[in-house]
Parts: sequence; C-alpha cells; structure tokens
Amino acid sequence: MIKHLLSIRDLDADGIERVLQSSQFFRDNMGRKFPTLRLKTVVNFFYEASTRTRTSFELAAKRLSADVLNFAAGGSSVEKGESLKDTAQTIEAMGVDCIIARHSSAGAPNRLAEWVSASVINAGDGMHEHPTQALLDLFTIRRHFPSFEGLRVAIVGDVVHSRVARSDVLGLQTMGADVTICAPPTLLPPGVETWGANVTTELDPLLPELDVCYLLRMQLERQKRGYVPSLREYARIWGLDRRRAALLPERSLIMHPGPMNRGVEIAADVAEFPRSVITDQVTNGIAVRQALLYLMLGGPEAKEEVPDTV
Amino acid sequence: MTKTFTPKATVMDSSDVARALARIAHEIIERNKGASRVALVGILTRGVSLAQRLATLIAEIEGVEVPTGSLDIGLYRDDIGMREPAPLAPVKVPDIDGKIVVLVDDVLYTGRSIRAAMDALIDLGRPQAVQLAVLVDRGHRELPIRADYVGKNIPTAHNEEVQVRMSEVDGEDAVDLGEVIG
Repeated sequence: MIKHLLSIRDLDADGIERVLQSSQFFRDNMGRKFPTLRLKTVVNFFYEASTRTRTSFELAAKRLSADVLNFAAGGSSVEKGESLKDTAQTIEAMGVDCIIARHSSAGAPNRLAEWVSASVINAGDGMHEHPTQALLDLFTIRRHFPSFEGLRVAIVGDVVHSRVARSDVLGLQTMGADVTICAPPTLLPPGVETWGANVTTELDPLLPELDVCYLLRMQLERQKRGYVPSLREYARIWGLDRRRAALLPERSLIMHPGPMNRGVEIAADVAEFPRSVITDQVTNGIAVRQALLYLMLGGPEAKEEVPDTV
Repeated sequence: MTKTFTPKATVMDSSDVARALARIAHEIIERNKGASRVALVGILTRGVSLAQRLATLIAEIEGVEVPTGSLDIGLYRDDIGMREPAPLAPVKVPDIDGKIVVLVDDVLYTGRSIRAAMDALIDLGRPQAVQLAVLVDRGHRELPIRADYVGKNIPTAHNEEVQVRMSEVDGEDAVDLGEVIG
C-alpha cells in the first residue's frame, strides 16, 4: 500500500478498489472496535476549521485502537510564529505514525511528507484536493450501483473553489465513470477543459440522464468577490429544487459533501428526499477512513516515494 | 516478492478429505450430545468451506440445521505491521451467545490465527464454549492451543508448507505437502 495519500491520483483503480472492498467490511461492522492499530499514534493536524473530516478521522482511528492527538493551529505555538515545518517536526518527535493534514494552502501536505517520516494523509489542502472525500463518495456510489463503468455523474456548483470537485472528478474517471462538470461560467476553474470531464453551464438538460447529481457547497466566505450576481439567482439557475429533482431518474442519487447551504445549492426538502444519500456519506466516511488507516498503517512501512510538490 | 509453492506429495485426496470431515461431524455430535447448541464458524477462506461441509454432514446425520458463519481475522492478527494487510472480506457470524462455537480452519500451525480468531469471536458475543476443528494439524505450535477435532496429523518441517485445496475455492479437494520458495 502507498505510504502517503496526498492526491486521489496516488491510487490507481486497483488501489481504490482495495480501499472500497475493505470499507465495506467496516461499514458492515460500524461501531465495533478493533485492536488493529493499538501501537500506532495518529495526529489530526488541522490548520483550518473542520467538523466532519476531523471527527470522522478521529473516530476511525479510535475504532482501530490507535492513540489520537488533535492539533489545531489556533491556540498553538503557530500563533507565536512557529513555522509549519517546525510544528510538524515537533509533533513527529512525539512518535507519531500518521499525520492527517488539513491546510488552507494547496501543497502543504506534500511539503509535510518531505519533512517527516510518518505517513501523511491529505484531509483537504486549499483549493487543491480532498482525496478521502473522493473515496467516501466513490464508496457511497458503489453501494447503489454495481459498477462505475459508464455511470453518469454531474458535479454541480462552485467548482473553482472546490477541492472536493477536483478529487471526485479524478477518482470517478479512474473508475470509469462519465463525469460532467456543471457551473456558472465564473465558477469554472481555468483549464477545466484539461480535466477530461464534460463541461457545461446548463443544469436542466443534464438531469434526466444522471445516475448521480453531486452538489457542491457554495463557499459563501469566498463569494464576496462577486462570482455570481446573488445567491438567490444562483439558487434559481443552478440550485437543486423540487422541480429539478423531479427531472432526475428514479435511480439517481443526490449527493453533497456538506455542510449544506439549504435554499442555495439544494432546497431544504430535497436534502431529505429518499434518494438523497448525504447523511450516508458522513457514515460511510468513517468506514472508508478506517479502511485507509488499516491498509496504510497495518503493513510494513511502505517505501517512501517523495511526491512532487504541486 | 511472490512466493511459489512446489508440491512434493499429495497427503490427502478427495476421499480422504470426505472421510475426515464425516468423522469430525460425528465427533462434534457425540462430544456435544447432539448439535442443537452448536454453531460453526469458519476462518476465511477455506475454513468457511469446511464449516459449510460440516454443517451439511451434521444436518444429514442429526437432522439439525447448524448455524454457520465466517470470520475474517485480519484485524486481530499479532503480525500487523509485519506484512501487507489483506483486504477485508464481508463476514457473517450467527448469534453465538450461549452457543458451543466450533471454529473451523484448514491448517493448524503456530496457533496464532486461532488466537486471533478467538479474540474476534469474543468481541461478537459470549459463547458457552469454543472448540476447534481443523482439517490438518501440522505441528510447531507457538501458543498453548490444541484442536478438539483433527482430520489428519501431518508432521512437517518448518520449511515445508501444507496447502489445502477445497473444491468451492480451488476446483478440487486435496491436501498437498510441499516447499515454498521465495
């Protein structure tokens, strides 16, 4: 197994399949505690606010009996001016086996992987990637469809700011799904045409063909620069309301990485539809992270291949 | 590194396997005075096939449907961190509370797999008793574990390997003794 998970690209289709297969075991045994990682220490190294990812990793590590440290930049020596490198090396000197890193700068986990001997898992870096979110999304989809081959998935919304979109597009394509990115022109990232996905600005014509409609969070904190005229207009044109949800085929899933802005990218009642698997995504996240920690930390130390920085 | 198994001799053929299982099925019934309180739990992969065969035999002999399940011991091994972790398979364990659980495995060697299996089992419930059935006991125990039911004792050297083939997994029933290179 790989030593670091910095990008979903670190796993090929076989590697992803391996994670999904073991995830099913943990999903079936949700809530059970295993002694597997009882001699390992995992640190949640979070330079950016997070609820679900941090708690999900914490629970996953604890269910495997690892010791868990939680480090948040706020209230730490970072406020005294300590650098990322010094902080990481201080943490590692305490005998940590795995650093789960979230940082507002793209590439920060890659730098960490160069500085420390522990395994590094990217738990979201800037607008770059969020590979474990992609794995839990793939796992959630897999539970409803027998194969990814030819599956039609749309990723809708604030793609330009979304690390989830980047990892999901790459992961879905690796597994053979047919991915379409749908966003207002101002929320499409430069170079999106090189991602290998279909790109459109119109949502309605897509809906009747979809197996999965994946809505991204409108990052309200990043909208002050005027990417869309107003959130109300965004909701009217790109939000999944009751009328649009009715255009989706019966089989299709509605997904969202959370936290949701109800009434913006998704109508409050649509989030509660039976075909919405948004809360399943959260539950599945624990199982997938258990599988990943088991596969990454449960074997002999993987050979280090220091990745290129972004 | 891939390991290759070179067989030297077939020590049990399909009729030997069938006879051994029939005998074990009778022994389980005799020792437990019937099979009404018995549950069979096979250790993945070939232990599961063996447990299912024993359940079929017990049903034929006693007319009792014995609950059967499978156990993946990957998360309970004591060599975690020493070898590549295997992907985990879905498991199904019947209600074991108050039951006499017969753990079933293909080969008993160091006893470490059985220790892991007992830990896994006890996390799932509180059996009245746990017994162990194996098709082959090849010796070299590293833990104080002994099988209650043994298909065949096969004395081996450390550098030898016993490979069990089951028709459900491998297309035929046989037990080979050989060497592993690599």
